[in-house]
Amino acid sequence: MEQQFKQSIDKALHNANLTGALGKFSEAYKINRAKAYEGIDFEELRGKIATLKNYAASHLEELSEQFQKNAEARGAKVFRTNDPAKVREYILKVAQDNGVKSVVKSKSMATEEIHLNPYLEAAGIEVNETDLGEWIIQLAGQTPSHMVMPAIHMTKEEVSELFSKEINERLSSDIPRLVKVARNELRPKFLKADMGISGGNMAVAETGSIVLVTNEGNARLVTSLPKIHIALVGIEKLVEKFADIAPILKALPRSATAQLLTSYVSIITGQTPNSDGSMKDLHIILMDNHRSEMAADPMFKEAMQCIRCASCLNVCPIFRLVGGHVFGKIYTGGIGTILTAWYDELKSSEDIQGLCIQCGACKDVCPAKIDIPGMIMELRRRLVKEQGVPLLQKSIYSVVNNRRLFHGILRAASIAGKPFSKGTKFIRHLPLFLADLTDGRSLPAIATQPFRDVFKTITQPKDLKETAVFYAGCLIDFAYPEMGVALVKVLNKAGIAVKFPEGQTCCGAPARYNGAYEVAAQNAADNITALLADAADYVVSACPTCTVALNHEFITTFESLGQSERLPQARELAGKTMDFSTLVKRLVDEGRLSLKEGQQLGKITYHDSCHLKRTLHADQQPRQLLQQAGYELTEMFECDTCCGMGGSYSLKLPEISAPILQRKLKNIKDTGAPLVAMDCPGCVMQIRGGMDQDGAAIRVRHTAELIADQLDD
Amino acid sequence: MFEQFIAKAESVSAEVHRFPTKVGALDFICAFLQDEGVADMPHHYALWAKCPFLDGVERRDLDRIVGLKFDVTRELAATAHIGISQMDWALADTGTLVQDATAIDKRLVSTLPTIHIALVATGSLRPDMPACLTGIDPKGIGYLSMITGPSRTADIERVLTIGVHGPERLIIIFFDEFGGTN
Repeated sequence: MEQQFKQSIDKALHNANLTGALGKFSEAYKINRAKAYEGIDFEELRGKIATLKNYAASHLEELSEQFQKNAEARGAKVFRTNDPAKVREYILKVAQDNGVKSVVKSKSMATEEIHLNPYLEAAGIEVNETDLGEWIIQLAGQTPSHMVMPAIHMTKEEVSELFSKEINERLSSDIPRLVKVARNELRPKFLKADMGISGGNMAVAETGSIVLVTNEGNARLVTSLPKIHIALVGIEKLVEKFADIAPILKALPRSATAQLLTSYVSIITGQTPNSDGSMKDLHIILMDNHRSEMAADPMFKEAMQCIRCASCLNVCPIFRLVGGHVFGKIYTGGIGTILTAWYDELKSSEDIQGLCIQCGACKDVCPAKIDIPGMIMELRRRLVKEQGVPLLQKSIYSVVNNRRLFHGILRAASIAGKPFSKGTKFIRHLPLFLADLTDGRSLPAIATQPFRDVFKTITQPKDLKETAVFYAGCLIDFAYPEMGVALVKVLNKAGIAVKFPEGQTCCGAPARYNGAYEVAAQNAADNITALLADAADYVVSACPTCTVALNHEFITTFESLGQSERLPQARELAGKTMDFSTLVKRLVDEGRLSLKEGQQLGKITYHDSCHLKRTLHADQQPRQLLQQAGYELTEMFECDTCCGMGGSYSLKLPEISAPILQRKLKNIKDTGAPLVAMDCPGCVMQIRGGMDQDGAAIRVRHTAELIADQLDD
Repeated sequence: MFEQFIAKAESVSAEVHRFPTKVGALDFICAFLQDEGVADMPHHYALWAKCPFLDGVERRDLDRIVGLKFDVTRELAATAHIGISQMDWALADTGTLVQDATAIDKRLVSTLPTIHIALVATGSLRPDMPACLTGIDPKGIGYLSMITGPSRTADIERVLTIGVHGPERLIIIFFDEFGGTN
């Protein structure tokens, strides 16, 4: 990663205002958003929005033409262009032709995208942002840090400083007073402006209407007071029908700010009268700027469905730590990374795509049903394809794929690290360049014997009715063989014999999450061969990341690379693969497995692993199992927020991973439970290591281990 | 539906009143203007945009109120204390008012003054936005306004503050008596 980029992350992480404001907001947001959606079938609503936006993305040319025809029939002038430079020239020409001296603007990301303000100002035109947040950052000479809340990174003290300078009066930091100052200062600017510039939240082809959504009322003034109104609209805002407005308006305010509806919605259809009786000079610019190319790319077309609510920013565990400025460009957060790669260029996303930890929280809340993490993975793949895999990474993969060699090296490192593990199960400090890896988290010591060797020593009962193939994954194999032992014990008890094919290798997630799809595909192929070699009723894994690889990602990896000949076997494997808790819950429900009766095991809290909850949708099974075993479940705050592990993420961006872990540790400790369970060995590694350094007496266990202890004899 | 409207509108800081007759609504407005100290000077007068409600009421009483004006201009609106206009529909599920605001005077009195009084016939209450929009021909409406509570912002430290660029108070007055269409 670029040195400069790392520095910007560092700066953001040390900005207490920013992390404080964003942290507080994101905590409240989740609760308020849920309240705003009460009584609404979110899945149905977002299905509807995805469908109508997808339709629009498939008919851009047609809808643009229709929009133009209908808007022009009502007196608007519609200008369509692909080129941001032409947009700027057009607006300047309209301004100069009409002797425009001053402009008022309501919030528009599209104008930020084309850097309109400096262009107009260079031509001697006064430009005033009127959205309070935009005005603040305009005065501060900054760029927005959030798509919906542009000045969220600033404190009231900083704002009062800015405003004091602007009006030459010493102001206190009383927020209502500051807002009043903005009202009083901007009012004359509205009244004297010769031109209003707005964006557009929707452009309706059927009627030629522009829809504007605001809270402050500035867009109503911008579109009502000046005699000229220019609306700059990206073509992704097109919708076909007037009836498409309602579903989008149902989701946009709820997802953006947890409001049922914003204070104001304006639907402008053609020219309207000015106060002197003349008609408004209305210009609507439909801007492409690579959007139609995006729509033509099957992997990215879905991004055209975005309604710009920014909920992907609000739920992102990374965004709430670093804020928008780290993203550098105009559009920030998850969707911003994707838009930047297209509106700017792929290379611009090189650093920022690495910020995504792939926890999937954004995909869950997206009202337009966009697979944001999936698209970021595709960016990674394309970047690697363009630039190749760095040599160091390449050599790491070759080691990872050779199981014996990999264990040997890890074990050697672990023995070399002995002075650091101090006879415990942890490596607390690593020397030199590896020091960051144990910053705030101890690493597990490598097991003397990998699971593949331990397995041979297990005696399983004979004549079991069914067979399961166990896929261990790296962490269980090399660091936590006891989890594998627990799994075998549980399945045996339910009458299932366990097989462990020696040919299994890394699931390919590390390669895939770093964009090295060719490596991941080879991993997938090797594993498929190994895991399908034995006839078995199930393929089971106790690592959700591995499970997701086996039953989703092998397929998508082959699809991305066009290796369709490998798909039938990948699908066969996917059909058999289950995660531990889902399988065991089923066995308990079917009466094939009994847990000890009447146990009172005390308080426990449960951490949802990202892939288990959001891809495998298995958040209830482990909770029910643990409660059936006799634990008293106490939910922690933000139980399904990522622990910061993210596979190799915690190695690449330890400075971000560490504070995410700290939040998780605090939330666990706040429950008062002496025990926390989870279903992912990666999360165990992160959280157990964090607890070790924290010193809290809280045990961190895999669900499999806890259940294995409670089997009825 | 009306109860739902009240709950939703009040939750976004709108003030809601309901009167069985236009006369009742009118009496309330007159008393309100008096309480607000309406007078014929900048930042003290009220401005009432042309609307069907006015057609069916006794204008003499209104004409007697000093500081209540009916000739809406941009200049007058800029320093009006109160703006009064009639809305065409109300949406129960969000506490929203909907208006064909193509005529500029309707927008001037609801954007620039400090207080906006919005009149709406109880019969024009609709359950939600789709129910309302289905009945509208957008081609005939140049500017459709939806208003949900007073102007607000949370742009400084996420602290909700009422009254940025638009009105600080939104007073919604329902009248049950059928009062013609807009």
